[in-house]
Amino acid sequence: MIEYLTRYYDKLLTATLEHLEIVMITLMISLAIAAVLTIVSSYSKVVSRVLLNLFSMIYSIPSLALLALLIPVTGLGKKTAIIALVIYNQYLLLRNFLAGLEGVDPSIIEAAKGMGLTRMQMLFRVQVPLAKSALIAGMRIALVSTVGIATIASAINAGGLGGILFDGLRTMNIPKIVWGSILSALLAILIDRLLVFVEKRSEKADK
Amino acid sequence: MSTAIEFRNVTKTFHGANYSAVDHVSLTIDEGEFITILGSSGCGKTTLLKMINRLYEPDSGSVILFGEDISTVDVVKVRRRIGYVIQQIGLFPHYTVSENIATVPKLLKWDKAKIAARVDELLTLVGLDPKEFRNRYPSQLSGGQQQRIGLARALAVDPKIMLMDEPFGAIDSITREKLQDELLNLHRNMGKTFLFVTHDIEEAFKLGDRVIIMNEGKILQFDTPEAIIREPADPFVQSLVDSAKAKEAFWRAYL
Repeated sequence: MIEYLTRYYDKLLTATLEHLEIVMITLMISLAIAAVLTIVSSYSKVVSRVLLNLFSMIYSIPSLALLALLIPVTGLGKKTAIIALVIYNQYLLLRNFLAGLEGVDPSIIEAAKGMGLTRMQMLFRVQVPLAKSALIAGMRIALVSTVGIATIASAINAGGLGGILFDGLRTMNIPKIVWGSILSALLAILIDRLLVFVEKRSEKADK
Repeated sequence: MSTAIEFRNVTKTFHGANYSAVDHVSLTIDEGEFITILGSSGCGKTTLLKMINRLYEPDSGSVILFGEDISTVDVVKVRRRIGYVIQQIGLFPHYTVSENIATVPKLLKWDKAKIAARVDELLTLVGLDPKEFRNRYPSQLSGGQQQRIGLARALAVDPKIMLMDEPFGAIDSITREKLQDELLNLHRNMGKTFLFVTHDIEEAFKLGDRVIIMNEGKILQFDTPEAIIREPADPFVQSLVDSAKAKEAFWRAYL
Protein backbone atom coordinates (compact mmCIF):
# COMPACT_ATOMS: atom_id res chain seq x y z
CA MET A 1 0.00 0.00 0.00
CA ILE A 2 2.66 2.48 1.12
CA GLU A 3 4.91 1.11 -1.56
CA TYR A 4 2.41 2.11 -4.21
CA LEU A 5 2.36 5.61 -2.75
CA THR A 6 6.14 5.98 -2.76
CA ARG A 7 6.51 4.57 -6.25
CA TYR A 8 3.61 6.31 -7.96
CA TYR A 9 3.27 9.46 -5.85
CA ASP A 10 3.65 11.62 -8.97
CA LYS A 11 0.80 9.78 -10.68
CA LEU A 12 -1.41 10.21 -7.60
CA LEU A 13 -0.50 13.88 -7.32
CA THR A 14 -1.26 14.52 -10.98
CA ALA A 15 -4.62 12.78 -10.62
CA THR A 16 -5.46 14.77 -7.48
CA LEU A 17 -4.58 18.06 -9.13
CA GLU A 18 -6.55 17.10 -12.20
CA HIS A 19 -9.51 16.28 -9.97
CA LEU A 20 -9.15 19.59 -8.15
CA GLU A 21 -9.01 21.38 -11.49
CA ILE A 22 -12.30 19.82 -12.62
CA VAL A 23 -13.91 20.69 -9.27
CA MET A 24 -12.70 24.30 -9.30
CA ILE A 25 -13.69 25.00 -12.91
CA THR A 26 -17.08 23.41 -12.19
CA LEU A 27 -17.52 25.56 -9.08
CA MET A 28 -16.71 28.83 -10.84
CA ILE A 29 -19.07 28.15 -13.73
CA SER A 30 -21.78 26.76 -11.43
CA LEU A 31 -21.68 29.78 -9.13
CA ALA A 32 -21.84 32.24 -12.01
CA ILE A 33 -24.85 30.49 -13.53
CA ALA A 34 -26.56 29.94 -10.16
CA ALA A 35 -26.12 33.63 -9.29
CA VAL A 36 -27.82 34.67 -12.52
CA LEU A 37 -30.62 32.13 -12.05
CA THR A 38 -31.12 33.26 -8.44
CA ILE A 39 -31.47 36.88 -9.54
CA VAL A 40 -33.90 35.89 -12.30
CA SER A 41 -35.88 33.80 -9.79
CA SER A 42 -36.10 36.72 -7.36
CA TYR A 43 -38.16 38.58 -9.95
CA SER A 44 -40.74 35.86 -10.44
CA LYS A 45 -42.11 33.06 -8.29
CA VAL A 46 -43.26 31.19 -11.40
CA VAL A 47 -39.81 31.24 -12.98
CA SER A 48 -38.22 30.10 -9.73
CA ARG A 49 -40.63 27.19 -9.42
CA VAL A 50 -40.14 26.13 -13.04
CA LEU A 51 -36.35 26.26 -12.71
CA LEU A 52 -36.32 24.31 -9.45
CA ASN A 53 -38.59 21.60 -10.85
CA LEU A 54 -36.55 21.36 -14.02
CA PHE A 55 -33.24 21.02 -12.19
CA SER A 56 -34.64 18.60 -9.63
CA MET A 57 -35.78 16.40 -12.52
CA ILE A 58 -32.33 16.51 -14.10
CA TYR A 59 -30.72 15.94 -10.70
CA SER A 60 -32.61 12.68 -10.38
CA ILE A 61 -30.94 11.29 -13.53
CA PRO A 62 -28.11 8.95 -12.49
CA SER A 63 -24.73 10.48 -13.26
CA LEU A 64 -23.56 7.76 -15.63
CA ALA A 65 -26.77 8.11 -17.60
CA LEU A 66 -26.43 11.90 -17.82
CA LEU A 67 -22.84 11.56 -18.99
CA ALA A 68 -23.90 9.00 -21.57
CA LEU A 69 -26.63 11.36 -22.78
CA LEU A 70 -24.11 14.17 -23.21
CA ILE A 71 -21.47 12.19 -25.11
CA PRO A 72 -23.21 12.39 -28.50
CA VAL A 73 -23.49 16.15 -28.06
CA THR A 74 -20.18 17.18 -26.53
CA GLY A 75 -18.01 14.09 -26.91
CA LEU A 76 -15.80 12.32 -24.41
CA GLY A 77 -13.53 14.11 -21.95
CA LYS A 78 -13.26 16.85 -19.39
CA LYS A 79 -15.59 19.29 -21.09
CA THR A 80 -18.53 16.90 -20.98
CA ALA A 81 -17.77 16.03 -17.37
CA ILE A 82 -17.76 19.67 -16.35
CA ILE A 83 -21.02 20.34 -18.18
CA ALA A 84 -22.71 17.46 -16.34
CA LEU A 85 -21.33 18.58 -12.99
CA VAL A 86 -22.46 22.16 -13.55
CA ILE A 87 -25.97 20.97 -14.39
CA TYR A 88 -26.13 18.84 -11.21
CA ASN A 89 -24.88 21.75 -9.11
CA GLN A 90 -27.62 24.07 -10.32
CA TYR A 91 -30.21 22.14 -8.36
CA LEU A 92 -28.16 22.11 -5.15
CA LEU A 93 -27.10 25.74 -5.41
CA LEU A 94 -30.37 27.23 -6.60
CA ARG A 95 -32.46 25.37 -4.03
CA ASN A 96 -30.20 26.42 -1.16
CA PHE A 97 -29.74 29.99 -2.39
CA LEU A 98 -33.47 30.56 -2.78
CA ALA A 99 -34.28 28.94 0.57
CA GLY A 100 -31.62 31.08 2.23
CA LEU A 101 -32.87 34.32 0.71
CA GLU A 102 -36.47 33.51 1.52
CA GLY A 103 -35.48 32.70 5.10
CA VAL A 104 -34.62 36.34 5.83
CA ASP A 105 -37.01 37.86 8.42
CA PRO A 106 -40.02 39.17 6.43
CA SER A 107 -40.30 42.29 8.58
CA ILE A 108 -36.77 43.30 7.52
CA ILE A 109 -37.77 42.79 3.90
CA GLU A 110 -40.92 44.84 4.39
CA ALA A 111 -39.05 47.68 6.06
CA ALA A 112 -36.47 47.68 3.27
CA LYS A 113 -39.17 47.65 0.61
CA GLY A 114 -41.05 50.46 2.33
CA MET A 115 -37.88 52.56 2.44
CA GLY A 116 -37.67 52.36 -1.34
CA LEU A 117 -34.89 49.85 -1.92
CA THR A 118 -34.94 48.45 -5.44
CA ARG A 119 -35.00 44.70 -5.90
CA MET A 120 -31.27 44.56 -6.56
CA GLN A 121 -30.46 46.80 -3.58
CA MET A 122 -32.65 44.57 -1.44
CA LEU A 123 -30.87 41.47 -2.72
CA PHE A 124 -27.29 42.66 -2.31
CA ARG A 125 -27.55 44.96 0.71
CA VAL A 126 -30.04 43.03 2.79
CA GLN A 127 -30.83 39.48 1.68
CA VAL A 128 -27.41 38.21 0.63
CA PRO A 129 -25.54 39.45 3.73
CA LEU A 130 -28.25 38.10 6.04
CA ALA A 131 -28.45 34.75 4.25
CA LYS A 132 -24.68 34.33 4.04
CA SER A 133 -24.43 31.15 6.08
CA ALA A 134 -27.20 29.49 4.09
CA LEU A 135 -25.47 30.49 0.85
CA ILE A 136 -22.16 29.04 2.01
CA ALA A 137 -23.93 25.89 3.21
CA GLY A 138 -25.30 25.45 -0.31
CA MET A 139 -21.82 25.84 -1.79
CA ARG A 140 -20.43 23.24 0.61
CA ILE A 141 -23.01 20.67 -0.40
CA ALA A 142 -22.39 21.39 -4.08
CA LEU A 143 -18.62 21.12 -3.71
CA VAL A 144 -18.66 17.82 -1.86
CA SER A 145 -21.10 16.38 -4.35
CA THR A 146 -18.93 17.63 -7.24
CA VAL A 147 -15.85 15.90 -5.83
CA GLY A 148 -17.83 12.67 -5.61
CA ILE A 149 -19.53 12.74 -9.00
CA ALA A 150 -16.28 13.86 -10.67
CA THR A 151 -14.78 10.45 -9.88
CA ILE A 152 -17.51 8.84 -11.95
CA ALA A 153 -16.78 11.24 -14.79
CA SER A 154 -13.48 9.50 -15.37
CA ALA A 155 -15.57 6.79 -17.04
CA ILE A 156 -15.75 9.16 -20.01
CA ASN A 157 -12.02 9.97 -19.97
CA ALA A 158 -12.21 13.10 -17.88
CA GLY A 159 -9.18 12.07 -15.82
CA GLY A 160 -8.79 12.76 -12.11
CA LEU A 161 -8.84 10.40 -9.16
CA GLY A 162 -11.67 8.41 -10.69
CA GLY A 163 -9.20 7.24 -13.33
CA ILE A 164 -7.04 5.56 -10.72
CA LEU A 165 -10.09 4.16 -8.96
CA PHE A 166 -11.54 2.63 -12.14
CA ASP A 167 -8.12 1.32 -13.26
CA GLY A 168 -7.87 -0.43 -9.94
CA LEU A 169 -11.34 -1.91 -10.32
CA ARG A 170 -10.62 -3.18 -13.81
CA THR A 171 -7.34 -4.88 -12.85
CA MET A 172 -8.35 -5.72 -9.26
CA ASN A 173 -5.41 -3.65 -8.04
CA ILE A 174 -6.27 -3.02 -4.37
CA PRO A 175 -3.78 -0.19 -3.68
CA LYS A 176 -5.15 1.78 -6.64
CA ILE A 177 -8.73 1.37 -5.41
CA VAL A 178 -7.81 2.36 -1.88
CA TRP A 179 -5.70 5.38 -2.79
CA GLY A 180 -8.25 6.57 -5.31
CA SER A 181 -10.96 6.42 -2.66
CA ILE A 182 -8.91 7.91 0.15
CA LEU A 183 -7.66 10.82 -1.88
CA SER A 184 -11.07 11.73 -3.26
CA ALA A 185 -12.59 11.54 0.22
CA LEU A 186 -9.75 13.63 1.63
CA LEU A 187 -10.23 16.18 -1.12
CA ALA A 188 -13.93 16.47 -0.31
CA ILE A 189 -13.28 16.85 3.42
CA LEU A 190 -10.51 19.41 2.93
CA ILE A 191 -12.54 21.57 0.59
CA ASP A 192 -15.50 21.40 2.99
CA ARG A 193 -13.33 22.43 5.96
CA LEU A 194 -11.86 25.25 3.92
CA LEU A 195 -15.33 26.66 3.33
CA VAL A 196 -16.26 26.30 6.99
CA PHE A 197 -13.11 28.26 7.78
CA VAL A 198 -14.02 30.99 5.28
CA GLU A 199 -17.52 31.19 6.77
CA LYS A 200 -16.19 31.53 10.34
CA ARG A 201 -13.73 34.19 9.27
CA SER A 202 -16.39 36.27 7.58
CA GLU A 203 -18.62 35.94 10.64
CA LYS A 204 -15.82 37.23 12.82
CA ALA A 205 -15.23 40.12 10.44
CA ASP A 206 -18.89 41.09 10.89
CA LYS A 207 -18.49 41.51 14.61
CA MET B 1 -53.89 74.39 3.90
CA SER B 2 -53.08 72.04 1.03
CA THR B 3 -54.24 68.47 0.66
CA ALA B 4 -51.52 65.90 1.38
CA ILE B 5 -53.33 62.65 0.76
CA GLU B 6 -56.49 61.89 -1.14
CA PHE B 7 -58.23 58.55 -1.68
CA ARG B 8 -60.71 58.52 -4.55
CA ASN B 9 -63.10 55.60 -4.37
CA VAL B 10 -60.35 53.11 -3.56
CA THR B 11 -61.13 49.39 -3.38
CA LYS B 12 -58.79 46.51 -2.63
CA THR B 13 -59.82 42.86 -2.42
CA PHE B 14 -57.31 40.15 -1.63
CA HIS B 15 -57.28 37.00 -3.65
CA GLY B 16 -59.70 34.46 -2.18
CA ALA B 17 -61.29 36.85 0.33
CA ASN B 18 -65.07 37.13 0.59
CA TYR B 19 -65.16 40.85 1.23
CA SER B 20 -62.98 43.82 0.32
CA ALA B 21 -60.16 44.75 2.69
CA VAL B 22 -60.78 48.32 1.63
CA ASP B 23 -64.22 49.00 0.21
CA HIS B 24 -64.84 52.12 -1.91
CA VAL B 25 -62.99 54.50 0.39
CA SER B 26 -62.76 58.20 -0.34
CA LEU B 27 -61.08 60.64 2.04
CA THR B 28 -58.82 63.67 2.14
CA ILE B 29 -56.09 64.47 4.63
CA ASP B 30 -54.58 67.95 4.93
CA GLU B 31 -50.89 68.62 5.12
CA GLY B 32 -49.62 68.63 8.69
CA GLU B 33 -52.47 66.61 10.17
CA PHE B 34 -51.90 63.75 12.61
CA ILE B 35 -54.39 61.08 11.56
CA THR B 36 -54.90 57.85 13.46
CA ILE B 37 -56.61 54.87 11.88
CA LEU B 38 -58.49 52.76 14.40
CA GLY B 39 -60.08 49.36 13.98
CA SER B 40 -59.83 45.75 15.03
CA SER B 41 -57.59 43.33 13.22
CA GLY B 42 -58.74 42.51 9.71
CA CYS B 43 -60.68 45.76 9.31
CA GLY B 44 -58.47 46.99 6.48
CA LYS B 45 -56.54 49.70 8.31
CA THR B 46 -53.11 48.34 7.39
CA THR B 47 -54.22 47.75 3.80
CA LEU B 48 -55.35 51.37 3.62
CA LEU B 49 -51.95 52.51 4.89
CA LYS B 50 -49.93 50.29 2.58
CA MET B 51 -51.68 51.60 -0.50
CA ILE B 52 -50.12 54.99 0.23
CA ASN B 53 -46.55 53.73 -0.28
CA ARG B 54 -47.65 51.21 -2.90
CA LEU B 55 -46.81 48.11 -0.90
CA TYR B 56 -50.33 47.25 -2.06
CA GLU B 57 -51.92 48.43 -5.28
CA PRO B 58 -55.64 49.28 -5.28
CA ASP B 59 -57.92 47.24 -7.55
CA SER B 60 -59.80 50.39 -8.45
CA GLY B 61 -59.80 54.06 -7.54
CA SER B 62 -56.76 56.25 -7.09
CA VAL B 63 -54.47 57.50 -4.35
CA ILE B 64 -53.21 61.04 -4.75
CA LEU B 65 -50.33 62.60 -2.86
CA PHE B 66 -49.93 66.37 -3.12
CA GLY B 67 -51.99 66.40 -6.30
CA GLU B 68 -50.09 63.57 -7.99
CA ASP B 69 -51.65 60.18 -8.73
CA ILE B 70 -49.04 57.81 -7.29
CA SER B 71 -49.79 55.02 -9.76
CA THR B 72 -48.13 57.21 -12.39
CA VAL B 73 -44.93 57.71 -10.36
CA ASP B 74 -42.02 55.25 -10.12
CA VAL B 75 -42.70 53.07 -7.10
CA VAL B 76 -39.22 53.48 -5.59
CA LYS B 77 -39.54 57.28 -5.85
CA VAL B 78 -42.92 57.19 -4.11
CA ARG B 79 -41.51 55.15 -1.23
CA ARG B 80 -38.44 57.30 -0.75
CA ARG B 81 -40.67 60.33 -0.28
CA ILE B 82 -42.57 58.60 2.52
CA GLY B 83 -41.37 57.51 5.96
CA TYR B 84 -42.53 54.03 6.96
CA VAL B 85 -42.44 52.57 10.46
CA ILE B 86 -43.79 49.10 11.33
CA GLN B 87 -44.52 47.24 14.53
CA GLN B 88 -41.76 44.66 13.97
CA ILE B 89 -39.40 47.60 13.31
CA GLY B 90 -37.30 45.64 10.80
CA LEU B 91 -33.91 47.17 11.58
CA PHE B 92 -31.08 45.62 9.56
CA PRO B 93 -29.23 43.42 12.07
CA HIS B 94 -25.97 43.51 10.08
CA TYR B 95 -25.86 47.32 10.08
CA THR B 96 -24.97 49.58 13.00
CA VAL B 97 -27.48 52.15 14.22
CA SER B 98 -25.90 54.88 12.10
CA GLU B 99 -25.74 52.63 9.02
CA ASN B 100 -29.40 51.77 9.51
CA ILE B 101 -30.39 55.43 9.66
CA ALA B 102 -28.11 56.27 6.72
CA THR B 103 -29.54 53.59 4.40
CA VAL B 104 -31.59 55.85 2.15
CA PRO B 105 -29.23 58.88 2.31
CA LYS B 106 -26.48 56.53 1.12
CA LEU B 107 -28.62 55.26 -1.74
CA LEU B 108 -29.23 58.90 -2.66
CA LYS B 109 -25.43 59.43 -2.60
CA TRP B 110 -25.29 62.17 0.02
CA ASP B 111 -21.71 63.02 0.97
CA LYS B 112 -20.27 61.45 4.09
CA ALA B 113 -20.13 64.55 6.24
CA LYS B 114 -23.76 65.38 5.50
CA ILE B 115 -24.82 61.81 6.35
CA ALA B 116 -22.88 61.80 9.63
CA ALA B 117 -24.38 65.14 10.64
CA ARG B 118 -27.88 63.95 9.73
CA VAL B 119 -27.49 60.72 11.72
CA ASP B 120 -26.44 62.64 14.84
CA GLU B 121 -29.25 65.15 14.36
CA LEU B 122 -31.84 62.36 14.06
CA LEU B 123 -30.51 60.42 17.05
CA THR B 124 -30.78 63.55 19.17
CA LEU B 125 -34.27 64.16 17.80
CA VAL B 126 -35.47 60.72 18.92
CA GLY B 127 -33.86 61.15 22.33
CA LEU B 128 -30.76 58.96 22.01
CA ASP B 129 -27.21 60.20 22.63
CA PRO B 130 -25.34 59.93 19.28
CA LYS B 131 -22.00 59.24 20.93
CA GLU B 132 -23.38 56.33 22.85
CA PHE B 133 -25.65 54.80 20.22
CA ARG B 134 -24.35 55.44 16.72
CA ASN B 135 -22.00 52.45 16.60
CA ARG B 136 -24.21 49.93 18.32
CA TYR B 137 -25.93 47.05 16.59
CA PRO B 138 -29.73 46.62 16.83
CA SER B 139 -29.29 43.53 19.03
CA GLN B 140 -27.69 45.75 21.65
CA LEU B 141 -30.82 47.90 22.02
CA SER B 142 -34.07 47.57 23.99
CA GLY B 143 -37.38 47.35 22.10
CA GLY B 144 -38.16 51.00 22.77
CA GLN B 145 -34.70 52.10 21.62
CA GLN B 146 -35.02 50.00 18.49
CA GLN B 147 -38.29 51.68 17.59
CA ARG B 148 -36.68 55.10 18.15
CA ILE B 149 -34.06 54.06 15.58
CA GLY B 150 -36.85 52.83 13.31
CA LEU B 151 -38.43 56.27 13.55
CA ALA B 152 -35.09 58.04 12.96
CA ARG B 153 -34.45 55.86 9.90
CA ALA B 154 -37.88 56.67 8.49
CA LEU B 155 -37.24 60.40 9.00
CA ALA B 156 -33.78 60.30 7.40
CA VAL B 157 -34.52 62.08 4.13
CA ASP B 158 -37.12 64.38 5.65
CA PRO B 159 -40.26 62.88 4.08
CA LYS B 160 -43.40 65.01 4.09
CA ILE B 161 -45.56 62.00 4.97
CA MET B 162 -44.95 59.46 7.73
CA LEU B 163 -46.82 56.14 7.78
CA MET B 164 -46.77 54.20 11.03
CA ASP B 165 -48.28 50.74 11.39
CA GLU B 166 -48.85 50.03 15.11
CA PRO B 167 -45.31 51.20 15.85
CA PHE B 168 -45.71 50.92 19.62
CA GLY B 169 -47.78 47.73 19.57
CA ALA B 170 -45.04 45.51 20.99
CA ILE B 171 -43.69 48.00 23.52
CA ASP B 172 -44.42 47.99 27.25
CA SER B 173 -47.05 50.47 28.37
CA ILE B 174 -44.75 52.84 30.29
CA THR B 175 -42.33 53.20 27.40
CA ARG B 176 -45.28 53.44 25.03
CA GLU B 177 -46.78 56.42 26.87
CA LYS B 178 -43.43 58.17 26.70
CA LEU B 179 -42.98 57.43 23.02
CA GLN B 180 -46.51 58.68 22.31
CA ASP B 181 -45.76 61.99 24.04
CA GLU B 182 -42.50 62.37 22.16
CA LEU B 183 -44.18 61.53 18.86
CA LEU B 184 -46.78 64.24 19.49
CA ASN B 185 -43.95 66.68 20.16
CA LEU B 186 -42.12 65.67 17.00
CA HIS B 187 -45.27 66.14 14.99
CA ARG B 188 -45.91 69.58 16.44
CA ASN B 189 -42.40 70.74 15.59
CA MET B 190 -42.11 69.27 12.11
CA GLY B 191 -45.33 70.06 10.29
CA LYS B 192 -45.34 66.67 8.60
CA THR B 193 -48.44 64.64 7.83
CA PHE B 194 -48.61 61.59 10.10
CA LEU B 195 -50.75 58.48 9.55
CA PHE B 196 -50.77 56.14 12.48
CA VAL B 197 -52.53 52.76 12.53
CA THR B 198 -53.56 51.33 15.89
CA HIS B 199 -56.15 49.03 17.42
CA ASP B 200 -55.92 50.86 20.75
CA ILE B 201 -58.69 53.43 21.13
CA GLU B 202 -56.88 55.46 23.82
CA GLU B 203 -53.81 55.69 21.63
CA ALA B 204 -55.88 56.68 18.62
CA PHE B 205 -57.74 59.42 20.47
CA LYS B 206 -54.67 60.71 22.29
CA LEU B 207 -52.54 61.09 19.18
CA GLY B 208 -54.96 61.90 16.39
CA ASP B 209 -56.08 65.37 15.35
CA ARG B 210 -58.68 63.33 13.53
CA VAL B 211 -59.45 59.64 13.80
CA ILE B 212 -60.51 57.25 11.03
CA ILE B 213 -62.61 54.41 12.41
CA MET B 214 -62.76 51.40 10.13
CA ASN B 215 -64.67 48.14 10.09
CA GLU B 216 -64.90 45.53 7.34
CA GLY B 217 -63.11 47.73 4.85
CA LYS B 218 -65.36 50.75 5.30
CA ILE B 219 -64.79 54.04 7.06
CA LEU B 220 -67.49 54.37 9.71
CA GLN B 221 -66.47 57.77 10.98
CA PHE B 222 -63.67 60.22 10.25
CA ASP B 223 -63.66 63.09 12.68
CA THR B 224 -61.96 64.68 15.68
CA PRO B 225 -61.82 62.55 18.84
CA GLU B 226 -64.16 65.00 20.54
CA ALA B 227 -66.81 64.77 17.82
CA ILE B 228 -66.59 60.98 17.76
CA ILE B 229 -67.06 60.70 21.50
CA ARG B 230 -69.92 63.19 21.49
CA GLU B 231 -71.70 61.78 18.49
CA PRO B 232 -70.72 58.26 17.47
CA ALA B 233 -71.91 57.83 13.89
CA ASP B 234 -72.67 54.15 14.10
CA PRO B 235 -73.42 51.31 16.57
CA PHE B 236 -69.91 49.91 16.06
CA VAL B 237 -68.33 53.26 16.93
CA GLN B 238 -70.70 53.52 19.88
CA SER B 239 -69.54 50.14 21.17
CA LEU B 240 -65.88 51.19 20.79
CA VAL B 241 -66.48 54.34 22.81
CA ASP B 242 -68.46 52.35 25.39
CA SER B 243 -65.63 49.85 25.79
CA ALA B 244 -63.18 52.69 26.47
CA LYS B 245 -65.56 54.18 29.01
CA ALA B 246 -65.96 50.80 30.71
CA LYS B 247 -62.20 50.57 31.08
CA GLU B 248 -62.12 54.04 32.54
CA ALA B 249 -64.81 53.05 35.07
CA PHE B 250 -62.75 49.97 36.01
CA TRP B 251 -59.80 52.15 37.03
CA ARG B 252 -61.96 54.73 38.74
CA ALA B 253 -63.26 52.03 41.10
CA TYR B 254 -59.78 51.79 42.60
CA LEU B 255 -59.21 55.51 43.12
